[in-house]
Amino acid sequence: MSTEVAPDTQTPATYKVIGTRPVRHDGADKVTGKAVYTDDLHVPNMVFGAFVRSPHAHARIVSIDTSDAEKMPGVLATCTSADLPDPWDKVDNLGEGCVNYAHLSGNVLARNKALYKGHAVAAVAATDSYLAQEAARRIRVEFEPLPATMCVQDAMRNDAPLLHDELITHTLDDKPARPSNIASHIQFEKGNVDEGFAAADVVIEREFKTATVHQGYIEPHVSVALWNEDGRLKIWTATQGSFVVRQQMAELLKMPVSQITIVPCEIGGGFGGKISVYEQPVAAVLSRKCGRPVKIMMQRDEVFEATGPTPASFMRVKLGATKDGKLTAGKAWLAFDAGAFPGGVIGPGAMCVFSCYDLPHATVDGFDVVLNKPKTQAYRAPGSTHVAFATECVIDELAERLKIDPIEFRLNNAAKEGTRRVDGPVYPRVGLVECLQAIQESDHWKTPLTGPNRGRGVACGFWFNCGLKSSVTANVNADGTVTLVEGSTDIGGTRTSIAMQLAETLGITAEDVIPQVVDTDSVGFTDVTGGSRTTFATGLAAHEAALDIQKQMVEQAAQIWECSPDEVTVADGVYQGNGKSLSFKALAVEADKVGIPIVGRGVVDPQCSTNAFAVNLVDVEVDPETGKVTILRFTVCQDAGKAIHPSYVEGQMQGGSAQGIGWALNEEYFYGDDGHMRNASFLDYRMPTCYDLPMIDTIIVEVANPDHPYGVRGVGEVPIVPPPPAIANAIYRATGVRFFELPMSPPTVWNAIKGQTTGE
Amino acid sequence: MIDFEYAAPTQLDEAIRLLAAAGDGTRILAGGTDIIVQLREGLRSADLVVDIKKISELTQLKLSGDKGLHLGASVSCRRIYDDQNIAASYPGLADAVRIIGGWQIQSRASVGGNLCNSSPAADAIPPLIAYSATAHIAGPGGKRMVPVEEFCTAPGHNILQQGELLVALTLPPQPSNAGSAYQRFIPRNEMDIAVAGAASWVQLDQSGERIEQARIALSAVAPTPVFAVDASEWLKGQVVSEEVFAEAGELAKRVASPIDDMRGTAEYRTHLVGVLTKRTLATACQRARK
Amino acid sequence: MKTHVTTTINGATVEFLCQPRQSLLAVLRDELSLTGCKEGCNNGNCGACTVMLDGLPVDSCLVLAVEAEGAEIETVEGIAEQGHLHPLQQCFLEGAALQCGICTPGFLVTAKALLEKNPQPSEQEIRFGLAGNLCRCTGYDKIVRAVQAASQASPES
Repeated sequence: MSTEVAPDTQTPATYKVIGTRPVRHDGADKVTGKAVYTDDLHVPNMVFGAFVRSPHAHARIVSIDTSDAEKMPGVLATCTSADLPDPWDKVDNLGEGCVNYAHLSGNVLARNKALYKGHAVAAVAATDSYLAQEAARRIRVEFEPLPATMCVQDAMRNDAPLLHDELITHTLDDKPARPSNIASHIQFEKGNVDEGFAAADVVIEREFKTATVHQGYIEPHVSVALWNEDGRLKIWTATQGSFVVRQQMAELLKMPVSQITIVPCEIGGGFGGKISVYEQPVAAVLSRKCGRPVKIMMQRDEVFEATGPTPASFMRVKLGATKDGKLTAGKAWLAFDAGAFPGGVIGPGAMCVFSCYDLPHATVDGFDVVLNKPKTQAYRAPGSTHVAFATECVIDELAERLKIDPIEFRLNNAAKEGTRRVDGPVYPRVGLVECLQAIQESDHWKTPLTGPNRGRGVACGFWFNCGLKSSVTANVNADGTVTLVEGSTDIGGTRTSIAMQLAETLGITAEDVIPQVVDTDSVGFTDVTGGSRTTFATGLAAHEAALDIQKQMVEQAAQIWECSPDEVTVADGVYQGNGKSLSFKALAVEADKVGIPIVGRGVVDPQCSTNAFAVNLVDVEVDPETGKVTILRFTVCQDAGKAIHPSYVEGQMQGGSAQGIGWALNEEYFYGDDGHMRNASFLDYRMPTCYDLPMIDTIIVEVANPDHPYGVRGVGEVPIVPPPPAIANAIYRATGVRFFELPMSPPTVWNAIKGQTTGE
Repeated sequence: MIDFEYAAPTQLDEAIRLLAAAGDGTRILAGGTDIIVQLREGLRSADLVVDIKKISELTQLKLSGDKGLHLGASVSCRRIYDDQNIAASYPGLADAVRIIGGWQIQSRASVGGNLCNSSPAADAIPPLIAYSATAHIAGPGGKRMVPVEEFCTAPGHNILQQGELLVALTLPPQPSNAGSAYQRFIPRNEMDIAVAGAASWVQLDQSGERIEQARIALSAVAPTPVFAVDASEWLKGQVVSEEVFAEAGELAKRVASPIDDMRGTAEYRTHLVGVLTKRTLATACQRARK
Repeated sequence: MKTHVTTTINGATVEFLCQPRQSLLAVLRDELSLTGCKEGCNNGNCGACTVMLDGLPVDSCLVLAVEAEGAEIETVEGIAEQGHLHPLQQCFLEGAALQCGICTPGFLVTAKALLEKNPQPSEQEIRFGLAGNLCRCTGYDKIVRAVQAASQASPES
C-alpha cells in the first residue's frame, strides 16, 4: 500500500507522463529470459579464467610457481601481479568514493603480501571452466603467514601487526612519526562542544558496534575480455559504471582510454559493489596472453571473501539536550574498517552522523582503519547506516529520558533549509520535516500496537545523493518516436524513468521513447549508476536533450510553415505557427520528409546534492524464549522530490528497507580465529527471504528539489539507512533492553533479555 | 570438480553390485541436494555416482492401516507432504519435510538421503526416531534392519558398510490417540540449517489427559541426532500439562552436548532444547486429542 | 566420457552431450543457449536457477544434466505462449515486481507452479512457496502483489 502526500505547492501538479506507471521498456526481455546478462554471453572462441586466492588472512608471498598448471593440456595462460604494470600512486574519484590506483592494482592481484583470506594472487585461463579450476589448484604459491588483525579496535593499537609498512595517518593533527593501520583521521568541528554540553540538561553517550555486511547482489562478478589483434581491448561486464571501469582499466593497464571499450551488459544488482574492478584487468591480461576472449565469473564464496563488503565499525556517540528537548551538542568518534587497503567510507559516515539535526555544536572524529579483511566498498549510502544506528538510538534514549514523543523530539531538532551540517554545507530546501509529519499522519502511526512482547520504533536517515556527469543523445525517428541513447547502466528501471522525463519535456508518451543503454564508444562520458544520481542527472541530461530537439523542431516547423522560428510556439507537445498546428509526432513525420535529421544532445554535470531524507516506523514482536524478532509492520516514508515513476521509487524504498532489515537482524560475516570467513554462502550469510518480511508500506513525500526542472531527488540509497535503529528502538520497547550492536540476531537478543524472564 | 562416472540402475541388486565393486569412491545420488554440493566443494569425492531413483523399492511410498508407513529411500519430501493421508497420520514427519530448504529443495531432497547424509542437524531424523522408525538396509551380505536412532554414528557418518545402501524406512502404524510434532529453531523463517530441533511423539490414554508413552528426539545439539531417553521415560504416566512439558524439556537437555559455532552457542542451543521440547509436546498432545 | 541425453524442454525433444559432473543449469545455459535460468550461488540457496523438472520446481544447479534423460523440463523461456506473455509475466511488469531482473526468471517459474497447485493462495502461502527464491532488490512486496494479482487474472486471457 502506498500513499502519495500532496506535493509541495511550488511544483506544478499536472504532468502527463511523470507520475504515471508505464511498463518498463526492457520488461518483456526481463520476464522471458531474453535479457542478456554478462554470464549469458558466449563469445566465439571464448575460454575461461579462474583465480588462485590466498588461504591466509595475512601472509608474505614468497614465490608463485605456475609451471605445473601451464603444462596441463588446455591451459592457455597464467598471470600474476608481475603481469600488471607498476601502478602509480594516483587518486581518482570513481563517483561513489575515491580510489588510489596503487591500492586498486594490489587488490586485483596481490603484490608481495596477501592481505586477506581470498585475496587474489594469480589467475589462469583454460579451455573449460573445470580445467581452469583444476589448473588454479596446481599453481603453487609459497606463503609466509603473518599475524592478522581483524577488528578496528585491535588494528588501531600501537602493537597491531601492520598491513602496509609505509602507511602514515593522513590527519589535520601533526603527522605521526610511525606507520600504523590508521590510514586517515577526519575531523569536523562546529561551534564549541564543551559549551554545548555544558548547556545541556541531559547528556547520553553510548558505544556501538556493527559487523561486516555484504551488498549481496544475486549476480556474481563476471566479465568477458577480448584483447583484439589490433591492440584494442573490449570488455563485456556487469558494472554500475562502464566509463569508470574504462578509466580504471586505462590506469591499471597503462593504456589510452581510446583503446578500451566497455560494454555494460544487463546487471544483476550492484548497490555500490560493482564499481571497482576485480576480474576485468585479469581477464584482459589473460586474453592478451592467450589471444582468445576470456570469461571470468566469480563463485559465490569468492564474492563474499574477496569483493567489497561494507565496513564493520566501532562508534561512540554523545548527544546533549535541554529539558525541553532541544539538542545542544554532539560528539562522535567513529572507527570504520577500510579492509585491506585505505580508502573506506569513513568520510561519508562522518559527514552523515548528525545530518538529520540542527546541532549548534559538534565534533566528529572519523578513522579509516586497514585490517585483514577484503577492501570495503560502497553499500548503498555508505557509512550512513552505521552512524544512523548510533545517533538514532541515542536520540531515542534522549527523547525517552525527557519524556518527549520520539517524532516530536525529531521535529523539534530536524534539519531544514538553512541548517548547516557539521561538515559545512548548508541545506537548501529539504523534506525531513514533511517526512516526519507524514509518519504522524499515517495509518500505521495512528493504529495502536497491542499485545505482549511487541514494540514500535522510529528512526530517520539521510543521504546526500550526488550529481556528476551524464551525457545523452536523442534521435527523432521518421515516425515521431525518439530513440534515447544513454550510458547509465539500468539496475532498477532507470532507463524508463529517464525516458519519461524526455517524454514529458517533448509532450510525447513514454512508449514513444526508445531508451538504449550503450557502451563507452557510443555515448558521451557518464558517471556511475549509483550515488542516487541516475534518475536525477541522466534524467536532467535527457531533459536538456529534449529542449535541444524542441529547438530543432521549431526551426523545422518554421521552414515548413514559411515563417520565422520566433513565430513558432510549443505547448504540451503541440507546435503552432503561421496559423498552422501540428503535434510533435506529426511534425516529425513532415520534418523527416523535407529536413535534416533531428538529433538532440544533453550533457550535464550538476554540482549539487539532492539531499534525501527517510523515516521508518516499525512494529516488532520478540519471542522471549528464543530472541527471534518478527517484523509485524513496516512503513518507510521518503522525500523523493518528484517521483517520476512511483512504482520504481517505491521499489527502491522497499528494497533498501529489506536490506536494512537484514543488516539489523541477521547479516554478518562470521570470522574464525584464523581470520577466515566461516559463512561465505547464502546458507549462513542470512539475507531476508520472502517469508521473513511483511509488506513494506511506502509513503512518498514530494518536496521539490530546486535543482531539477521536475523536482527530482535521488531515491536509491537513503532507504537502507533508518531500518537498523528503527528496529533497535522497537525491540527496546518490546523487551525493555536496548541494543548497541548489529546484528540483533536471536542468540544476541535472547542473551540480553534472558535475565528478565526468570520465574516464568 | 573432478568428473565421475554415472550409473542409474533399475534393479536393487545391480545397485549393490556397483557399490560393492567400485570401492569407497562411490556416492549414492537420491535428491542430490547434499551430495552435489559436497562434490562441488570438494568435501566428498566420487569416481562413480549411483543414481538410485530408478529402483522401484526405493521409490515406493505406501501407507497402510496395519503395516504403517513404507517410505522408500529416494522418496522426496514433497511426495510425503503432498499426500494428505500420510501428512495427517505422521504430522511430525510432515512438519520436518515441509521445512527442509525451500520448495525447490523439497521437490528433490529425500528423507532417506537426509538420514544417510547423517548431519547432526538433519531435520527428518528426529521425527523418524520419535516414530521408532526402522532403517532397511541391503548389501552384499544381504538385508538387515537397524532402528533409526542407531543409524548415525558421527557427523556425516553412519553404520552403512561398503556396498550397502538404505532401501526404505518403515514407521509403525499410528494409534488414534497418538500425535507428534517437529520444530526447529532457525534465525530466519526458512532456508536455514537448524540451530536446534526437537521432535515429540506421544500416545495418550483414552481420556486424553495422561501420556502413556512418549519419545523425544533432538537435532543439532549432539554429534548425531539423538533420542532423549530420560525425558521420554519420565513422560510415561504424566498428565498433559504445561508444567510436564517444561519438565520434559529440562530432562531432554541431558542428552544435549552442543557445540559453539556460528549458528549458535552451546548455552543457547541447550536452552532451545527446553523450549522446543515443550512446544512440540504441546502440539503433539493437541494433535493426539483430535 | 560424455553421455548422450534425450529430454523434453518446453515441449520440444532435445538432445545433448554432457559430462556427468555438469549440472542441468550449466547444460541449459552453456550447451542449449537457454540462458533464462541464472547462476547465483551454485549450491541451492538462491533459486535463481529454478526450472520445472517433471512438474516440480527444482534448483537446476543441484540436478545433474544426465538426470534429465526422459524427463520433462520447463524453463522461463516456455512460459510465454506464441508471443503472448502469461498473465503472471504481465502482472510482474505492470506491478513493477522486478528491478535488476536477475531473480525474475526463477521467481516466475516457481510462482507459476505455485498458482497451478494453489490457484488462490493467501499472502503467507505465497511467501512460504517463494521462500527458496532470493531477491535483493525489491524487498519482495511487489513480487507477492504480482502473484496475488495473477491469481485474480484468468489463465485463459
